[in-house]
Amino acid sequence: MSYRQKHLLAIEGLHPPEIGHMLDLAESYVLLNRSGKTQRDLLRGRTLINLFFEDSTRTRTSFELAGKRLGADVINMSVSTSSVNKGETLLDTAATLNAMHCDLLVVRHDQSGAPNLLAQKVDAAVINAGDGTHEHPTQALLDALTIRRRKGRLEGLTVAICGDVLHSRVARSNIHLLTTMGSRVRVVGPPTLMPAEAERLGVEVFHEMEHGLAGADIVMMLRLQRERMQSGLVPSAREYFRFFGLDTAKLAAARPDALVMHPGPMNRGVEIDSAVADDPQRSVIREQVEMGVAVRMAVLDTLSRGHGRNEL
Amino acid sequence: MPERRPLTDTIFTSVRLLDPASSLDQQGDLLVRDGLITDFGSGLGRPDGATVVAEADAILCPGLVDMRAALGEPGYEYRETIASAAEAAAAGGITTLAALPDTLPAIDDPALVYLLRTRGEETGSLTILPYGAVTSGCRGEELAEFGLLAEAGAIAFTDGSRAIGSTRLMRLALSYARGFGMRIVQHPEDPSLAADGAATEGELATRLGLPGIPAAAEAIFVARDIRLAELTGGAVHFSHVSTAAALRLIRQAKADGLAVTCDTAPPYFDLNETAIGDFRTYAKLSPPLRKEADRLAVVAALADGAIDVIASDHQPRDADDKRQPFAQATPGGAGLATLLGVTLAQVHKGALSMAQAIDLLTARPATLLRTDAGRLAKGRSADLCLFHPDRIWQVEAGRLPGKAQNTPFDGRALEGVVLGTWKAGRRVFG
Repeated sequence: MSYRQKHLLAIEGLHPPEIGHMLDLAESYVLLNRSGKTQRDLLRGRTLINLFFEDSTRTRTSFELAGKRLGADVINMSVSTSSVNKGETLLDTAATLNAMHCDLLVVRHDQSGAPNLLAQKVDAAVINAGDGTHEHPTQALLDALTIRRRKGRLEGLTVAICGDVLHSRVARSNIHLLTTMGSRVRVVGPPTLMPAEAERLGVEVFHEMEHGLAGADIVMMLRLQRERMQSGLVPSAREYFRFFGLDTAKLAAARPDALVMHPGPMNRGVEIDSAVADDPQRSVIREQVEMGVAVRMAVLDTLSRGHGRNEL
Repeated sequence: MPERRPLTDTIFTSVRLLDPASSLDQQGDLLVRDGLITDFGSGLGRPDGATVVAEADAILCPGLVDMRAALGEPGYEYRETIASAAEAAAAGGITTLAALPDTLPAIDDPALVYLLRTRGEETGSLTILPYGAVTSGCRGEELAEFGLLAEAGAIAFTDGSRAIGSTRLMRLALSYARGFGMRIVQHPEDPSLAADGAATEGELATRLGLPGIPAAAEAIFVARDIRLAELTGGAVHFSHVSTAAALRLIRQAKADGLAVTCDTAPPYFDLNETAIGDFRTYAKLSPPLRKEADRLAVVAALADGAIDVIASDHQPRDADDKRQPFAQATPGGAGLATLLGVTLAQVHKGALSMAQAIDLLTARPATLLRTDAGRLAKGRSADLCLFHPDRIWQVEAGRLPGKAQNTPFDGRALEGVVLGTWKAGRRVFG
């Protein structure tokens, strides 16, 4: 088996065979899910804990479903981050989890690197479900699976990631995964929403949609949070939509067979208009959600084997 | 508003044709037909139907392009209106003007940009190029909609007389503007050092008992914003630069290849702080008039190219604004009618050549504003200024064209009289 790491904390640093393994295994779970069958013996007796320090119904439900379809005992823990000393709480939590003999720990936290800290302290295999503005590995994997199934490959495709790249862990994980697998990645957005030295990640930076989308195979839209306007990075929603919102006119710059993706949830009329989001020919946004469960099953499967308690 | 004269074809004969944009400087003729420059050079003769304009020893140059002027509209019509400003501009040989956005309401919405452009067209004598506000209401808090303003025709962004004080906000402004290929124009003065100040800090202010603004307040912000321009890759333009220290920094920034430009206004190369005299509020300006050493530095910077443009920095004020104790008077000087004359004084003194002076008032501002005004070219709209470089006139507050009478040059004798101004071939002055 190609994937030999104990945890899945980041895409950065993974090699193509490791990514390929995850995608191939996820592919088999797509078929399994569609057939209505389950594989409840794989993780029977294992404990999966969803440790979410940040709200997320969508991702948490996806992991819960993945765990249950594989037969694990799934516990959801929502932890308040209102305590003054967050670092201490994290380590306290780690001690608690060890005492509960948790096998698989899915963590979402608003601080970059929090899962890394936990991974040092717990015995479980840790899966990063999104940490601050750092990474969201399973999102990138499900995005890649969606692309690969539709386009037959990742290599050589031009992918335009558009929006608030500065604050996006989804963007970073996708950048790492797609560049590793040989795609040409562009980031498109206003300079105030672009991270410093972004081009050093191996991407081309654009500040105009027309140029950024020209000839793209995939257009990946990121959510613009309301906080960005409040903190003055973008003057207004109407200005943002006029210049950076994906509508039919801007999409016309991409290839005619280009696909539209979005990690969700969408702000309709801000970063994407409904005509594009709901276009059955172009939008694969719903498929992404389906791929998400399969990818998470593949991740749980892979990490559980590294644990040494499974007979195979 | 004076009635418009009929549009006629015009032939200018035996004038000194001066167009720094094309390095043209020769005796000759220039023909205008249907509002356009159709031909210029030697021996065009006297074509049929063309009005003849022959003035001995006169210079014909492109209509002046004033890169910084406050119109009273909207909101301050008691000081100046677009109509009265257009009248003063025409008398000053100005045919294109960039209007500051710190009006009431501020020009922070595309609809207001369209409004100003249209009102300019309606004057028939002046093209108004609107600045967009950097922040909503020019309050210095939230970025304005740069993209929409640019689309509506804003030529750059500034908060007018107000400095963009927050470093974080200036950074965001430079960064965001860069995405639209636009420039930020800054009033370079640290507001926390300038607050409540009335004159340049120093001996004169001490003797007069006036609260001082240290000259360093300018260089501090110039230094800061140069670093921010470097950090963001954005373009910054410094308005009415008045100190040697700031000019040193700007020269170095240019040498380093940064997108840094600047302008100055006639008071800063013609007057020093002594013009305040006996608490003369017409000489109360923002930034304040400086010591003589700084004035000399500004003159030198005009000559060596460190300063890109001369702009009038026209700030209309009425009696209520100015007839106050000095520290309470509103700063600002009228500048449209005196822009050319005060600039020509530097030519007469030998600090600048005539071509340099006119360049600083036509081609250079036109280039920064990205307009095709400010030059003489066949097929282009005939925006022209005809002036006599040696005739003398007396600047008299109360008798200036337009509404605003608050001139810091009150009582001055200037060499350089505008004989006529043409806009799109129509004579609008003289």
